[in-house]
Amino acid sequence: MTLFEAILLTVITASTPLLIAAIGELVVERSGVLNLGVEGMMIMGAAVGIAAAITTGSSAFGVLAAVLAGMAMAALFALLTLGLATNQVAVGLALAIFGLGLSGVVGAPFVGVQREGIGAIAIPYLSDIPFIGPVLFAQDPFVYAAFALVAGVSWFLFRTRAGLVLRACGENHASAHALGHHVLRVRFLAVLFGGACAGLAGAYLSLVYTPFWTSGMTAGRGWIALAIVVFASWLPWRAAVGAYLFGGVTILQLHAQSAGVPLPTQLLAAMPYLITILVLVLVMRLRGGGAGPAALGQPFVPDR
Amino acid sequence: MRRLVLERRAETPWALTLASPLLAVGLTLVSAVLVFLAMGRDPLEALFVYFIMPVSDAWGLQEVAVKATPLVLIAVGLALCYRSNNWNIGAEGQFLMGAMAGGWLAVATHGTGAGAWLLPAMLVMGALGGALFALIPALLKTRFGANEILTSLMLVYVAELLLDWLVRGPWRDPQGFNMPQTVVFAPEATIPLLMEGGRLNLGTPIMLLVVVLAALLVARTLKGFEITLVGEAPRAARFAGFDAKRLTWTVFAIAGGLAGLAGVLEAAGTVRMLQPGLSPGYGFTAIIVAFLGRLNPVGCLVAGVFLAITFIGGENAQIMMQMPLDVTRVFQGLLLFYVLGCDTLLLYRVRWVRRAEA
Repeated sequence: MTLFEAILLTVITASTPLLIAAIGELVVERSGVLNLGVEGMMIMGAAVGIAAAITTGSSAFGVLAAVLAGMAMAALFALLTLGLATNQVAVGLALAIFGLGLSGVVGAPFVGVQREGIGAIAIPYLSDIPFIGPVLFAQDPFVYAAFALVAGVSWFLFRTRAGLVLRACGENHASAHALGHHVLRVRFLAVLFGGACAGLAGAYLSLVYTPFWTSGMTAGRGWIALAIVVFASWLPWRAAVGAYLFGGVTILQLHAQSAGVPLPTQLLAAMPYLITILVLVLVMRLRGGGAGPAALGQPFVPDR
Repeated sequence: MRRLVLERRAETPWALTLASPLLAVGLTLVSAVLVFLAMGRDPLEALFVYFIMPVSDAWGLQEVAVKATPLVLIAVGLALCYRSNNWNIGAEGQFLMGAMAGGWLAVATHGTGAGAWLLPAMLVMGALGGALFALIPALLKTRFGANEILTSLMLVYVAELLLDWLVRGPWRDPQGFNMPQTVVFAPEATIPLLMEGGRLNLGTPIMLLVVVLAALLVARTLKGFEITLVGEAPRAARFAGFDAKRLTWTVFAIAGGLAGLAGVLEAAGTVRMLQPGLSPGYGFTAIIVAFLGRLNPVGCLVAGVFLAITFIGGENAQIMMQMPLDVTRVFQGLLLFYVLGCDTLLLYRVRWVRRAEA
């Protein structure tokens, strides 16, 4: 394996949690709901995932528990924003604060416990292809899940009737309601899907990427996932591009740090955040305004 | 079949605007009991440590005021932002930027015996530093349409890393045994104490003054009306000739300035140096304070005192009951959920109705 292949491999692993969380949030936002609490759901997934994996000794159970934890957090969000029609921005912030706190309590007994991460699974034949094989097809199961999510969500949103209904709810909930679609039910399912994805992304962090628990280990990745959705113009394929771009920046700054680039490490560490801001500005500049779902962030209260 | 529906209220009863935050606090206390039971602790003892002990003696009350000062200062600014639909969530970064801007003067003049001009200059620098830092997301929002929630939050990480670099690099105390911190500020660069031997400093009266000024701004001035109108009825505000973009700049500058002032007061008053752990998350907790205070300056004062109590209660519980410090953040998150949920009571009437026959 060449050095270039090795770098690409690490870029893909660093991007995977961003991509999984961004795809989930993309579906949520397409249905017209803005859930800013990705960071909170993600870190709960990380904490519950490793807690369950250590307690039961099974990584698979850990992943399942992480997904369920993300969904539970999302259900809490849905209860307030859909059931009680509260301000989505504020509840999303509350979810982020709550998740960071609760994950600290859940994870406290597991601080310092090391366990073996989930290993890579090479796909037979495909992984033998020169260059592409080792980079794309000798990865851990989460990487494959991320590929599948991008393709699956893309197909669902633009090739199925249910996907059309979901997008209709996001564009104009009054019209969708008038056509007899259950706007709140659609949005609830979308929010749950977003929670499951964020939980899965969290599990990736604590079970594969750095297989131990540290408080606040998501380090803003949930927020970067939100930025990726904007960057992607709410299109799954572009979200993949965005996620790999951000993953690339993260890895490059790590390599620059270890190569002894004469810049303060703090400046290099700030790069992913600065690039996020830059990308948000450039995207808005090039696209010239919002292309998001028209009903994004607006609460819907059905009249009888 | 019967089901719950929400019906928009024509007008909000006055009593409900007061009852809903109280209900939220009550629900948080009930949840706290359940959390303590789940953790296998005696809920009565824990409630006492969290909510009663901090206010049961003079020393505790002083600590509450010291902690409430930055919370209220930041929250008052955030309340103005949120009222006008400007989602500044980067107050934590603006707080640190203010501390760094003011702290720079203290570090640069250290050992020169600077005169009485130093302290006022530090406060001005702090407010300016916070305001300029807050204008970055405001500029990106008005000029490019970039989402201010994401940009202001990303800048928090940038400010944290900048502070980390400064106190480990150029501003590190040469005699500090390699600790990541600046020199201890000289007496002329320290906020004066209100009384000998206490911890209360001049920051608390400054905070009270800001609350009064902000309350007057909101209730008595055209600017205050503009802020509320742009948030609640942007179309009407446009017809009235109010410039939403300029208002975005104004509220971000005020919020950043107040957060920066809180930062320099914390650095020069309570901590007396710059160090990476300068803020225990004041900028984020202040978001909760702003909402619990109903985006009203006087409300923020009451809410800030309450959240300051939970901060100190959390520290007490960590020492006395070995509870993780994060339990406090769980309560704070829950409190915000309840506050927002109770707000539905204000806007809507919740009613059971018979499902219409198909």
